[in-house]
Amino acid sequence: MTRPAWLAQLWTLAPVLAALLLTSLLLVAFGASPAEAFSAMWQGAFGSQDRLLTTVAFWIPLLLSALGLLVSFRAGLWNIGIEGQFILGAIGASWVALSLQLPAPLQISLEVLAAMAAGALWAALAGLLKRWGVHEIFGGLALNNLAVILTNFMISGPWQPPEGGSFRGTAPFHADALLPLVGSTRFSLVALALAGLAFGLVLLALRNSRWGLRLKALGRNPRSARLLGVSSRRETLLAMAFCGALAGLGGALRVLSWFDSLRQSISGGIGYLALMVVILAAFRLFWTPLVAFFFASVLSGSIVLQLRTQLHSSLGDILTGVMVLLVLLFGNREVLQTWWSEVRSARRTPGRQS
Amino acid sequence: MDANWIAIAASIVLQSSPLIIAVCGETLSERAGVVNLSLDGSLLLSAMAGFAAAYVSNSLLLGFLAGAGVGALMALVVAFGSLALRQSQVAVGFVLTLLGDSLSAFLGQNFTRLPGIWVPRLPIPWLKDIPVLGPIVFNQDLVVYFALVLTLASTWWIFHSRPGLALRSAGERPEAAFARGVAVRKLRYAYAVLGGALVGVAGAAYSLDVKIGWAEGHTRGLGWIALAIVIFGGWSPLRGALGVLLFVATRSVISVVLQRSLGESSVVVLNALPWLLMLLVLLVVSGRLGGQLLARLPAPLQRPLRGLMQAAPPAALGAELKEG
Repeated sequence: MTRPAWLAQLWTLAPVLAALLLTSLLLVAFGASPAEAFSAMWQGAFGSQDRLLTTVAFWIPLLLSALGLLVSFRAGLWNIGIEGQFILGAIGASWVALSLQLPAPLQISLEVLAAMAAGALWAALAGLLKRWGVHEIFGGLALNNLAVILTNFMISGPWQPPEGGSFRGTAPFHADALLPLVGSTRFSLVALALAGLAFGLVLLALRNSRWGLRLKALGRNPRSARLLGVSSRRETLLAMAFCGALAGLGGALRVLSWFDSLRQSISGGIGYLALMVVILAAFRLFWTPLVAFFFASVLSGSIVLQLRTQLHSSLGDILTGVMVLLVLLFGNREVLQTWWSEVRSARRTPGRQS
Repeated sequence: MDANWIAIAASIVLQSSPLIIAVCGETLSERAGVVNLSLDGSLLLSAMAGFAAAYVSNSLLLGFLAGAGVGALMALVVAFGSLALRQSQVAVGFVLTLLGDSLSAFLGQNFTRLPGIWVPRLPIPWLKDIPVLGPIVFNQDLVVYFALVLTLASTWWIFHSRPGLALRSAGERPEAAFARGVAVRKLRYAYAVLGGALVGVAGAAYSLDVKIGWAEGHTRGLGWIALAIVIFGGWSPLRGALGVLLFVATRSVISVVLQRSLGESSVVVLNALPWLLMLLVLLVVSGRLGGQLLARLPAPLQRPLRGLMQAAPPAALGAELKEG
């Protein structure tokens, strides 16, 4: 019985390879050489120590958002509003950075706390809307757009740099407000430590806590969870706020280490990307950092690809998107076998068709 | 009514038409029990495909066919994923939303900001001379007439025809429908693909008629608005179309008022408006807020107003299909 197990392992790779193949075809159609393109992406992601650290710096906020989503998905919530929670975190951190001037450790702690509070608040708002009958997908989506509009308003209004807003961002924060970076990269050890801490926290919450069990009950079957005494209102709000706080932390790291100020597209879709990461990781905790790192490499690679080949940088999003879609559809061999046997039995008995 | 208001009303009708077509398509799909959440990505990709096909071939018909094909294909993936492979419609739809967005950006990169062809105006003789109604509704183009006919036809089809009964039963009580000999699975495939094709027509209608041309993110956000309006319309094409008109009219009236009173800073409020409207409308239609408002009204008004304001989704919407 070793052969089926071995085959099943191999099968998970098939959609991934198919995604690479499809993206290659797309490249050929646009007159680019896939080999050159993928090697440019590889160089862009891992070509030098600085590049690698930049990839890691991109990975950290993505990982934090994905970790938060593991918790909200566990409660059965489609927290599409994570993009807005990420942005609110960036705004919260910027607010402290622009209005206070304290010694660095205190300043940064306050920035991070403000960011987490802002993200949690924005998420709780989506949770409240859900309680009032608005599905979290629609509530979250509206809140995402409002968060982008709020950013633009702050940049072009109250936080406009004194010399005028040609830059489409606030003035750079003062040095004590920013995270210490390694060399000339955007990588910060503090950010990495925070991400490690968050991973431990999510591990504890999901694996070893009563709260994790309550969320699981709620996510699996809300009706029987209520019979067990799980308050769906409270747990929904808490799970959303937890996820929002982690996303907010990601947003803070984005302004405090990746950039040095609040910018127009501060997130650039990291929240949506985190949703894709979690779907591809099939909501498994230990797969999440790996998949997130793969996404981060593809995206930082595709920026270099754009510089070298003039091709639109959305190629990276296409590669990851096709991969997630194919894995979602065809990643599970048992599901496919069930489907195939259904198709065959439907053919054998043409009288009962549907 | 003076000519100025008539012109504004005519432009509201034109602006609403693609959204009405998309809402009708999604309503048909959801009535059969399939949520096509990929609307925002479908609209973008079909707007791009429609523009590119029309630009290359110099044929409007090919443009609209390309849009319809793209929309149908996206819907087919959602339907196949949920009906055959039993995956979550929301997950597949969401992934397709993002994929459609990035594919439209990549495939459309060489078609950005080009002068294309557009749908010509086609006034209808006699009808266009009706006072007020004529210039607003019948001095338009084929897209507007298509939206009008589609709204009426799909409303009649869903609520007053025999196949419409089967369609609704597939979305409300699929097991019972199956027991009575309705081919639920086939119906769901058919309506999902038809709905997707209509969404694709709507996308092409943007890039070839209402917002002529193509640029990255050309229709971004409109798909989500359409999904919300399907809920607002209580899964009825007619009410959905009225919802679209109300939405577009509110936006244009408020934008006129704001620009007069606020000037520059009105942009922020204007951008936020669709999303605030979306939240408000969903709170009233499907939330407790609407119920509380209703409870304060005099009793004889409550029943008819509840029927107008609040609506429940098809009972088996998005649920897994279990059949023999």
